[in-house]
Amino acid sequence: MACRLIQALALLLCLSWSATTLAAIEVREFDSALQKQRYDSLNGSLRCPKCENQAIGDSESPIAGDMRERVYQLLQDGRSDIEIQNYMTERFGDFVLYNPRLTGRTWLLWGLPAGLVLLGAIVIGFIVRVRRRASNHALSAAERERLDALVNRERTQ
Amino acid sequence: MKRRLFLLIPLVLFVVLAVFLYRGLALDPSARDSSLLGQSFPSFTLSTLEDPERQVDESLLEGEVTLVNVWGEWCPTCKQEMPQLLALEKRGIRLVGVDYKDTREKGHEFLEKFGNPFEINVFDPEGTLGFDLGVYGAPETFLVDAEGIIRYHHTGYITPEDIEQTIMPEVEKWRAD
Repeated sequence: MACRLIQALALLLCLSWSATTLAAIEVREFDSALQKQRYDSLNGSLRCPKCENQAIGDSESPIAGDMRERVYQLLQDGRSDIEIQNYMTERFGDFVLYNPRLTGRTWLLWGLPAGLVLLGAIVIGFIVRVRRRASNHALSAAERERLDALVNRERTQ
Repeated sequence: MKRRLFLLIPLVLFVVLAVFLYRGLALDPSARDSSLLGQSFPSFTLSTLEDPERQVDESLLEGEVTLVNVWGEWCPTCKQEMPQLLALEKRGIRLVGVDYKDTREKGHEFLEKFGNPFEINVFDPEGTLGFDLGVYGAPETFLVDAEGIIRYHHTGYITPEDIEQTIMPEVEKWRAD
């Protein structure tokens, strides 16, 4: 009896699961393979505004579905990728771009890594210079000669 | 002595980073400004929930400071928010509703059950107006000034405290303008 019940439940679970996956599949027809590729890449580069960190192509939230539909329509209208991204940011803000644009608000975001690399290069250059100077000034000519003599004496002994 | 000071650099960097990250802990990741602030309310032509024959457009919002509330029968938070909206209406604020991704029957049901603070409700079953407003969940509330320009955006639930702390001051501010 219990076994039957478990079987029935498992079957129900399978059915409901397949029903939800079916619902998530959207059938779209594209004019060309390129258009399909652009659709996929736009879906991957636009962030779902409702979800914290999911592309609209990965999200099942209703707004992500609406945005995919709009991306598709705009592609069919012959809009460029930039135009479609502008269309979305005009409505949902910079948040929806995974690659934020360089603006007054985002210069730190883009500039900081470059700035840190530059800082690192300066620090390394500084250290190299200090070490080189230290090694140059460590021994005078006479001292060096004496050191050589000591080393050589040890070798010959 | 000078060399010793250099040893403090990692500590300073750590403190700066820690302050940044500590501030980040208190930020609300879902809070962000609408990209429509300072812009005209998007143009639309839709029927009203009250009368399927009556078409309205964005000129509906001109002439008076208006709160536009996007709601739907399917949205539980909208139900909790209704007492606050009714209170705002009692205080003489003009409210216009947008019934978002809903059916007429459900929309009417909602208003009968939870009260109707709205002067009029724009019926947006496909969510087209919602999309142009950048709505990604209900409830969302927009403050539109007398010229039809969006001045303030509230995402999510309006608490009773929000009325005193943000909504009323914003309304007064744009009424005076």
